[in-house]
Amino acid sequence: MMHLKRSLSIGLWFMFLTLPLMVVRVNTVSREIEWRWMNLVWAGVCAFAIAWLWQFSIERRAAKRMQVATDDHPEKRQHSLAQRLADDPVLSRRVLIGVGLLALVFPWLVSSGNSFYHINVMVSALIFVVLGLGLNITVGLAGLLDLGYIAFFAVGAYTYALLSKNFDLGFWTCLPIGGVMGMLFGVVLGFPILRLRGDYLAIVTLGFASITKIVLENWDTVFGGAAGIANIPRPDLFGFELDGRQKAIYIYYIVLALVALTVVVTTRLKNSRVGRAWMALREDEIASVAMGVDMAQTKLSAYALGAFWAGLVGVVFAAHNNFINPDSFTFMDSAMILAMVVLGGMGSILGVIIAALVLKLLPEYLRAFAEYRMLVFGAVMVLMMIFRPQGLINDMRRKYECDTAGGESDNGGK
Amino acid sequence: MQKSTLVKVFAAAFASAAFSLPVLAADTIKIGVAGPHTGDLAPYGLPSKDAAEMVVAEVNAKGGINGKKVELMIGDEQCKPELATNVATKLVSEGVNIVIGHVCSGATKAALGIYKEAKIITISPSATNPPLTKGGEYPNFYRTIAPDDDQAQLAAMFVIEKLGAKKVAVLHDKGDYGKGFADFSKEAIEKSGKAKVVMYEGVQPGAMDYSAVIQKLGREKVDAVIFGGYHPEASKLLAQMGKKKIKVPFVGPDGIKGDGFLKIAGKDAEGVYATGPKDVTQYPLNAKVRAEYKAKYGKEPGTFFDQAYAATLAAVNAIKVAGGTNYDALGKALKTSPVETTVGKIKFDAKGDAEGVGFAVYQVKNGAFAEVK
Amino acid sequence: MDFEYLFQLLCSGVVKGSIYALIALGYTMVYGIIQLINFAHGEIYMIGAFVALIITGVVTLSGYSGFSVLILAAVVAAIYAAAYGFTLEKIAYRPLRGAPRLSPLISAIGASIFLMNYVQLAQTPDFLPFPELVPEFEFMEPWVQYVSSVDMVILVVTALVMVALTVLIKYTRIGKAMRATQQDQVMARLVGINVDRVISATFVIGSILAAIGGVLIASRTGQINTAIGFMAGIKAFTAAVLGGIGNIPGAVLGGLVLGIAETFGAGYISSAYEDVFAFGLLVLILVLRPAGLLGKAVKQKV
Repeated sequence: MMHLKRSLSIGLWFMFLTLPLMVVRVNTVSREIEWRWMNLVWAGVCAFAIAWLWQFSIERRAAKRMQVATDDHPEKRQHSLAQRLADDPVLSRRVLIGVGLLALVFPWLVSSGNSFYHINVMVSALIFVVLGLGLNITVGLAGLLDLGYIAFFAVGAYTYALLSKNFDLGFWTCLPIGGVMGMLFGVVLGFPILRLRGDYLAIVTLGFASITKIVLENWDTVFGGAAGIANIPRPDLFGFELDGRQKAIYIYYIVLALVALTVVVTTRLKNSRVGRAWMALREDEIASVAMGVDMAQTKLSAYALGAFWAGLVGVVFAAHNNFINPDSFTFMDSAMILAMVVLGGMGSILGVIIAALVLKLLPEYLRAFAEYRMLVFGAVMVLMMIFRPQGLINDMRRKYECDTAGGESDNGGK
Repeated sequence: MQKSTLVKVFAAAFASAAFSLPVLAADTIKIGVAGPHTGDLAPYGLPSKDAAEMVVAEVNAKGGINGKKVELMIGDEQCKPELATNVATKLVSEGVNIVIGHVCSGATKAALGIYKEAKIITISPSATNPPLTKGGEYPNFYRTIAPDDDQAQLAAMFVIEKLGAKKVAVLHDKGDYGKGFADFSKEAIEKSGKAKVVMYEGVQPGAMDYSAVIQKLGREKVDAVIFGGYHPEASKLLAQMGKKKIKVPFVGPDGIKGDGFLKIAGKDAEGVYATGPKDVTQYPLNAKVRAEYKAKYGKEPGTFFDQAYAATLAAVNAIKVAGGTNYDALGKALKTSPVETTVGKIKFDAKGDAEGVGFAVYQVKNGAFAEVK
Repeated sequence: MDFEYLFQLLCSGVVKGSIYALIALGYTMVYGIIQLINFAHGEIYMIGAFVALIITGVVTLSGYSGFSVLILAAVVAAIYAAAYGFTLEKIAYRPLRGAPRLSPLISAIGASIFLMNYVQLAQTPDFLPFPELVPEFEFMEPWVQYVSSVDMVILVVTALVMVALTVLIKYTRIGKAMRATQQDQVMARLVGINVDRVISATFVIGSILAAIGGVLIASRTGQINTAIGFMAGIKAFTAAVLGGIGNIPGAVLGGLVLGIAETFGAGYISSAYEDVFAFGLLVLILVLRPAGLLGKAVKQKV
């Protein structure tokens, strides 16, 4: 009954709230006012329904928290499906191989004749997967808020574009150069902000990305300005010329390999000294410095390594699109990559991959709902934070548990 | 590993892929229309979509082209280059024969490579970036609007000769279109030697305050301002110029010649000059088509409607003359067979520009644009 | 030295700075209380402007005009902005009170995106003309080259607001409660302060300021669209950080410094790199004074 009353009052509140914006539309040119009262009814009804659901969910969440807090036997707790799956080495290997095979034959499944639309879409999505994994290092593992990650991506893309235009360097030569340039920029960014606290970090990194974009836009003698750089060559296969579809498939495999490389390297980094230093820094900076973690070195390495992947995949992005201009590197893109990391689960590699794929593929395939896409995106971000702040996949660290009944069990980290 | 989620994702991707594999299409002629249909720049793209729809409906009512019905394929790319490449690959993979679009020069540039490789002719109603045709890189590209450098040249000459300005300020919005117009104007003025460009500045679109630039205008005592960009920035500049009592002639490109500008700038628009496509309302077909549009939608058609209608008519005519959709035959037809359109009787030159379309200078008088003779 | 030009730029810079300051005050107040960067603050500003436009439209088409329209529009815009701010806090931030730093930030970004698109869909993504609600005062005539009437109103309002807020924080009960909550939330609760109400009040006040700013700035610019919140938000946030976030005089100082730096940079060097000057200045100041110009270096107790 309480629910009903509250939901009702919330419904009415929202009707009041949305009154001017959703109901009234003033057309100053034709001097008329459009009154859309149906919208008001809709707003009220939806608000009522959602409020009801909301209270339900909040109660369930609180109950679950109570349950966890008063749990006497934590070790006997039901682990999530993900963790159980990860525990079972045989099953997880099988799933991994299955997914790997699917990824390999994907291009042949979805294209035929001259059509390579889906491959293109997947390539774009995979590029963002690498970006998400890269930012995962800086934000997810080291806890350093970076709102301007897209700048490193731009650096990589423009490096390839300029080097290939002015010095005729090939794709494969430029690939590592792009990564190194990204890394350099990461260090340049990291230096002045070592002493800054979390929230100041946010605006400075944002500022850096803005500066980068503006310089790219205005210095047109070097960067082509707003017109961008066109006719960037695609990667060649030992000098052979490939046609449209084959080029797309070739790039697909390149990106897939890059994703695999990133996953492997990131996993190794996570379980290394550096990785542990990052995670320690994320949890409590003062304590880790007191324990001997070199703050400057660790932070700089987090920026540099995170930026490396962005620079690397920036080269692929330029090669894939043949044309780049500053419009592809906005704050919204930075926010999207950050969303991928946070929604996927900070530090969790698999979570970030899934989040990146979902955030990039869904809008493309749900073009029918394009208008509402950003609305849903914003709402999802808010809702996920409230109901599942740890992200899709909880970052599982390598744990060693002592079973009270004797014997040890080793939970694999993922 | 959450197997269920991953499998679901791939299953979804696979299923949607399977559903969009090209079904053995009935024998139709596929015309694509691409541009911004949602987002900020939708007002520039929706009239083109409407125009194409009108032409296709009429053609189909008359039995199609050479007996085949025409199917219209719509692609929305919000003027973003990366979305434009997606739209282009989608249209190409679904078997499009000819494309009307894109609308923004940046998006067109991004998509043209794909169309070029797939040998699809593209006719744009509004992409005015000169290198697209004059550079010669895209033999598959045509347009029914004159390129920007013609516009800029006209603006520059008008400012020097008709307005007699000796000190000119050139401003732009740092975007591809605006800066392009500004650069060409600057070049034209400097080449003429009759006036000096004393100020060349870019302003940030979306910023609230342009006081610094405007005060610079006052300091330099300029005789005229040439602005490259769209109506929001132009009207902000004009409003703030008015406030600071800087009254100099203001000349803008076709990006401000529209109702959007008049609506936003209000009384500040009075006396402002803009270059725009030559007045096409004199052509009978134009009047007829516009009346049809008004009857159907209840309002005047928006920007680039005439050009898009003309482009679609040209495409239809070329297919009819060529007897099919063969790339080379279509190209030849476009270049040799004149067609009566809403922008006059046109055919295309060797580079892809339409012969017979040009620009004129307009001025806002009593709240409407009137051609300056 | 062209002093006339210098003076002109100075005046423009101060006005621009006041614009930033007006919005920055809302940011800084919220941050001071709950250490949250309310990214959606810019959208509240935008909503204020839109509501004002709608009310003005309805009222003028019903035949009224003059100063009363401005007052009515501002009041209604403030009410609605406060309502939206209040709702925003309740939905997107309150459930995340105890969560790690990043969660409310992401929620804020999500809320900002949601609000912007909501207004876009409910109204229009186009640019809309905004009427000049502040008429040109006659006594301002001789100085119009430097400061127009609406500029003057903005300056005066910003100064008044700053004074009012300082008085509020220092001398009223709710101000005391805010300071207590800022210092130590748990203790504040223990001494009987209704922390939830205090936080809501902060959001409401901040939103009202944003709405007033929205109405005035929109009058000055003459046009609005759904994207203005984002641009204004970033700049205002920069100003708040520059001056030391959480600090009310700091927000105003930061705004002024930012506005003047941008205007001088644009006036003497190049307008295209305006934002570069802004952010460059920010980085410079933060490197030298990591807590901002007026910020107190918070000593972390271990």
